[in-house]
Amino acid sequence: MAIAVRNLTKFYGEEKAVDNISFDVKTGEILGFLGPNGAGKTTTMKIITCYLPPSAGTAEVDGYSISDQSIDVRRKIGYLPELNPLYLDMNVLEYLEYAARLHGLNESALRGRLREMVDVCGIGEVRHKDIGELSKGYRQRVGLAQAMIHDPEVLILDEPTSGLDPNQIVEIRNLIRQLGRAKTVVLSTHILSEVQATCDRVIIIHEGSIVADGTLEQLRQDFRGAERVTLELKADVVNGMTDLYPKLKALPQVESVEYVGQESNVHRFTVHTAKGSDIREALFRQAIAEGWILLEMSRKVTSLEEVFHRLTTSEEANP
Amino acid sequence: MNTALSVKSMSSSIHNIATIFRKEVRSYFNSAVAYVVIVVFLAIVGWFHTSNLFLVNVASLRLMFELIPLVFLFVVPAITMRLLAEEKKAGTIELLVTKPLSDTEIVLGKFLAAWALIGVALLPTLVYYLTMTFLGSIDNGPVIGGYLGLLLLAGVYTSVGLLASSLTDSQIVAFIVGFLLVFVFFMLDKVLVYVPSALTSIVEYLGADFHFSNIARGVVDSRDVVYFLSVLGFVLYLTVVSLGRRKW
Repeated sequence: MAIAVRNLTKFYGEEKAVDNISFDVKTGEILGFLGPNGAGKTTTMKIITCYLPPSAGTAEVDGYSISDQSIDVRRKIGYLPELNPLYLDMNVLEYLEYAARLHGLNESALRGRLREMVDVCGIGEVRHKDIGELSKGYRQRVGLAQAMIHDPEVLILDEPTSGLDPNQIVEIRNLIRQLGRAKTVVLSTHILSEVQATCDRVIIIHEGSIVADGTLEQLRQDFRGAERVTLELKADVVNGMTDLYPKLKALPQVESVEYVGQESNVHRFTVHTAKGSDIREALFRQAIAEGWILLEMSRKVTSLEEVFHRLTTSEEANP
Repeated sequence: MNTALSVKSMSSSIHNIATIFRKEVRSYFNSAVAYVVIVVFLAIVGWFHTSNLFLVNVASLRLMFELIPLVFLFVVPAITMRLLAEEKKAGTIELLVTKPLSDTEIVLGKFLAAWALIGVALLPTLVYYLTMTFLGSIDNGPVIGGYLGLLLLAGVYTSVGLLASSLTDSQIVAFIVGFLLVFVFFMLDKVLVYVPSALTSIVEYLGADFHFSNIARGVVDSRDVVYFLSVLGFVLYLTVVSLGRRKW
C-alpha cells in the first residue's frame, strides 16, 4: 500500500476541516480527490506531505508514519502545492538543481535527472529563463518537474491544472497520465471531467468527509438510483389520469408514474423504474396492444455530474 | 554502526545547510541587495571615517568601529527581512519544509548566508585599515578585536532579523520588527540610569554594545564571546520554533 490514511481529523481552531477520513491508495494507482472548494482536499494533502500535523488520526506513506518518520515520508513524496509556488527570480535549471540537492541527490545522479526532467516535462526551450518570465503552462511544468526531480514513488498534486487554458490542461493531463504509469499519484480537483480524463479511482470529499470512494463506473452504478423514461403518446381517451395512468403503473418494474400533462389527445408521462432496468420495450409493446401512438420516448440515466452535484450539495442549502 | 549513522546524518545536514546557503547567497548577488549593502557600507563608513580622520589626527579605526554598529542597526534587518517572510508570502515555504530536511537546517542555512553577506560587506573596509598603516603606526590589537566584535555583533543582529522575518509574511513588517529588536539590544547598556540599581548589572550584561565595546578595545574576553554566541544560539532556536508554528 503506497498511502494509508486512518481516521484523519484536522481542526483549524474551532473549525473542523477534515472529519475522520480513512482511505488507502494502492501502488501505481492514480487517485482523484474530488470535491468543491473548501471541502478539505488541500488540508488532507498538506497532512500527507507533512506540512501540517493532523489533529487526530494517522497516515503512512510506504509504511513510514507522517508523525514519527516525517523525513522518510518526505523523501518518498513529490509535491506540487496549490497555486504552484515558485522562486520567480531563479532560472529553471537553477531551481530544479536546488530542489534536487534538497532531496540529497549527488552530483552524478543530479545531471542525469535534470536532463530527464527537462525532457519529460518539455521545458527544454525555457531552461535558461527566469521562472518569472514563464507562461502559466510552463510554470506548471516546472512545478511538476520539481515534484518529480528525485524520482519519488508517490506524487501529490494539488489542483495541477487550475488556471491553465484548455490546451495546456490537455497537455498537463497527458503528462500526469504518462507519469502515472510508473508512480502512485494523488491529485485533487474540483472539476469532474479532470477525474474522468486522468484517474483510475475517485474519492469524493465534502465538508471534510468522504462521501464516495470507487472507480467512476462503480460510482455511476451506485448512485444511478431510479432511472426514468419520458413518454409522449397520442391516445383517444378523455382523461389520461384515469384511462392511461393505471395501465402504465401496472407494468412490471415501474416504481412510479408522473402525469406531466395533456394537450388535446397528446399525453405526457415520466415513468420511474427500478435501478438498472430498461422498460422501453415493455412500454412499446403496451402501446401497440392498446393502440397508442408513441410520439416520443427517451431514457435518462443519472450522469456523473448529477451524482457529484447530489453528493456535494449540503442539505441546508438544498432543502 | 551508530557512529557511522550519525556521521552520515551529519554530512547530510551539512549538505542541506550548504544547499540553502548557496541558494540564498546567489539570490543576494542576483538581485541588487548584495551590491547595495556593500556600497552603502563603504559610502557611509568612508564619509564619516575620513571626514573625522584629519580632525582627530590619530591613526586609529576607533571611529569606524563606533560607527559600524549604528549602520548595522538598519542594514542587517534590511538583509534578513526577506529570508523567511518572502517564502511565506510566495508560498514557497510549503515546498521548502516538505523537502526532506529539518527546520533547523533551513534556519541555519539562511542565517549563515546573511551573516556571510555582512562579512563580505565588511571586507572592503579593510582599505581604511591599509591607508591607516601608511599614515602612521597603528595598534593592531583593537583592529583585530574590532573586526571580531563586529562579526559577532552582526551574528546576533542577523539572528534577530531572521527571527523577525519568521514572524510575518510581510518584508516591511519584518524589517521594522527586526530594527526595533536590534535597537533594544543596542540601547540596553545606554539606558542604565533609568534602571533600578539592583538590575543595572544584568541589563548592562544583556546589552550588545557593552560586550562589543569590550572586544573592540582589543581585549577578547571569553565572557563577551560567550554572550554573543549564547544570544545568537538562543534567538536562532526561537526562529526554529517560530518556523514550526504551523504545527501548533
